[in-house]
Amino acid sequence: MSNSLVKIRDVHFSWDGRRDIYSGVDLDIPEGKVTAIMGPSGTGKTTMLRLIGGQLKPTQGSVEVAGQEIPKLNRKALYLARRRMGMLFQSGALLTDLSTFENIAFPIREHYDFSETMIRDIVLMKLELVGLRGARDLMPSELSGGMKRRVALARAIVLDPVLMMYDEPFTGLDPVTLGTIVTLIKELNNALGLTSVIVSHDIGETFSIADHVCILSEGKIVAAGSPEELKNSDSAFVQQFVNGHPDGPMPFHYPADDYAEDLLKGHKS
Amino acid sequence: MSGLINFLQRLGAFIIDGMAGLGRSVTFLISVLMGFKDVLLRPRLLIREIYSVGVLSLLIIFFSAIFVGMVVSLLGYTILVDFGGEESLGLLVALTLVRELAPVLGALLFSGRAGSAVTAEIGLMKATEQLASMEMMAVDPIRRIVAPRFFAGLISLPILTIIFMAVGVYSGYLVGSEWKGVDAGSFWSQIQNKVEFRHDIINGIIKSIVFAFVVTWIAVYQGYHAMPTSEGVSKATTNSVVYSALAILGLDFVLTAMMFAS
Amino acid sequence: MNSSKKVEVLVGALFLMAILAFVFLALNVSNFSGLSSNKGYKVTAQFNNIGGLSTKAKVTMSGVTVGRVTAISYDKKSFRAVVTMTIDPSFDYLPEDSQASIYTAGLLGEQYISLETGAEDASLTEGSNISLTQSAVVLEEIIGKLLVSFTTK
Repeated sequence: MSNSLVKIRDVHFSWDGRRDIYSGVDLDIPEGKVTAIMGPSGTGKTTMLRLIGGQLKPTQGSVEVAGQEIPKLNRKALYLARRRMGMLFQSGALLTDLSTFENIAFPIREHYDFSETMIRDIVLMKLELVGLRGARDLMPSELSGGMKRRVALARAIVLDPVLMMYDEPFTGLDPVTLGTIVTLIKELNNALGLTSVIVSHDIGETFSIADHVCILSEGKIVAAGSPEELKNSDSAFVQQFVNGHPDGPMPFHYPADDYAEDLLKGHKS
Repeated sequence: MSGLINFLQRLGAFIIDGMAGLGRSVTFLISVLMGFKDVLLRPRLLIREIYSVGVLSLLIIFFSAIFVGMVVSLLGYTILVDFGGEESLGLLVALTLVRELAPVLGALLFSGRAGSAVTAEIGLMKATEQLASMEMMAVDPIRRIVAPRFFAGLISLPILTIIFMAVGVYSGYLVGSEWKGVDAGSFWSQIQNKVEFRHDIINGIIKSIVFAFVVTWIAVYQGYHAMPTSEGVSKATTNSVVYSALAILGLDFVLTAMMFAS
Repeated sequence: MNSSKKVEVLVGALFLMAILAFVFLALNVSNFSGLSSNKGYKVTAQFNNIGGLSTKAKVTMSGVTVGRVTAISYDKKSFRAVVTMTIDPSFDYLPEDSQASIYTAGLLGEQYISLETGAEDASLTEGSNISLTQSAVVLEEIIGKLLVSFTTK
């Protein structure tokens, strides 16, 4: 087994101090591989990315990225650590008042004092990579959803990160764009030697590119392994999730009182 | 008994929430103020924001000042003329504008025009994850987005207030002198005799600096802590204007009592 | 002209406007200019009662402003108010025996000092004292006197 770039140990997290999102998560993200974090909606998959990026702090436990304990870093060290991370947001999160070109140039301009020619070279290289060199002068409002995500992807890799995080990269795309994004993620990982983390609940696309899959449910990692191993898993929960059965160990109903009793309550008075 | 306990509990929760909110907003203010150095290092960002909060508010400030000056002059004239005191019209117009109307109305208009825009802009950037994406690009949104807007507001409002004062007094002069026939010489000499530069004009500007601080603080805080939904942003924008107006009027009383009451 | 240049020009214009407005306020809407006009010669006058006279009140001759009241104090020996006024140096020909009176502008207006010229050849200079004075008219005193004269008839 290769080294782990990200080590998460016994992480607890809660928004309000009452309901736990995580109750003791252990997770390793191997270097140079594509790791997927999967799970039903509302299990806090995105929250995991925010913990790795240091935007949130766990209530308990340790989040280690490349040997650095993220929650304990001071502001300056945290911002330095983030320069080596890239994140693709679900919405793209492009800066709406800047053009496509300027969006991608933004991180370079903020951090380095490069000449205009050099910035142009870097930006055009990244745009070429996602196939949008021709769209450099468009504003984000003129881009389609799929194009936005590709621009955001180019922006996320512009500082040549070590760790790339993808938050729901497959949702809301037409089949062609979906294929492009899937290929891009895989190619970027191989070509740039990145370590990738994908948060998603799309089984098909994720299983096609992930080397390693972890399934989160009710605050814990309930299953982990290669896509093949999970498909052949004998756990009822994994089978339900992978095959998409409506009811099973993961309940269809949100916890509630007895149905009949609940209905009768309305007639008591 | 249980009613009392309920009441105490609610009171306690209210006080704790209030203190927590105050603590959050002060912590936020401190981190914004820490961005002062970054703003100085990149004056271009500051100038762009002075443009959007200051230059774009100029028109409404300018026209309000003209009309307020004219109304004060006209009303003042109709009252003073009964006592044969229309010579004092200039003094009345200048003092009301410089001490009170220019700082207060200027700040109220500014919060409606610029404060709400800043809140909505920052709130929307939060709702569309632009702020979070900046954080992940290792760019601190408080220093890159919030601090320039805060300092731009802090600079712009006193400037607009000075313009309000001058335009208001002059339009008051035009109504009094050109329309109502008050002697121009006594209009200005009354002002120059009685309006003290340090006591009246500087204090008026100090008021506007205090208002600028509070209005922009409220605006950026509301935007940055808006719920990241469309409803949350609209609520934050409303809050920004309402809280600003209340804070301006409340502080105005305190400042007036401190500056002019004795 | 590109947009960032336009922004800079307009912000510059805003600052320029503010500076002009500030200069206007300082020169025309306050006594800021009055502070520098302290040059001139000082003369004093003693009054029994100065009424509501205050510093910076006008000193006039035939209605023309010739100076300002710069200080008001109380003389322990004579038990009278001492008013120091600064007269503009261009009015250096005022006769020494001029009379100073305190008048009120209008019924409720501000009080000011009016100088009535005398006949002496010597002029008032720095440190001169105006001996002929007429105190402020205090409304209550007049009313009081009138009441007394009515009741004693």
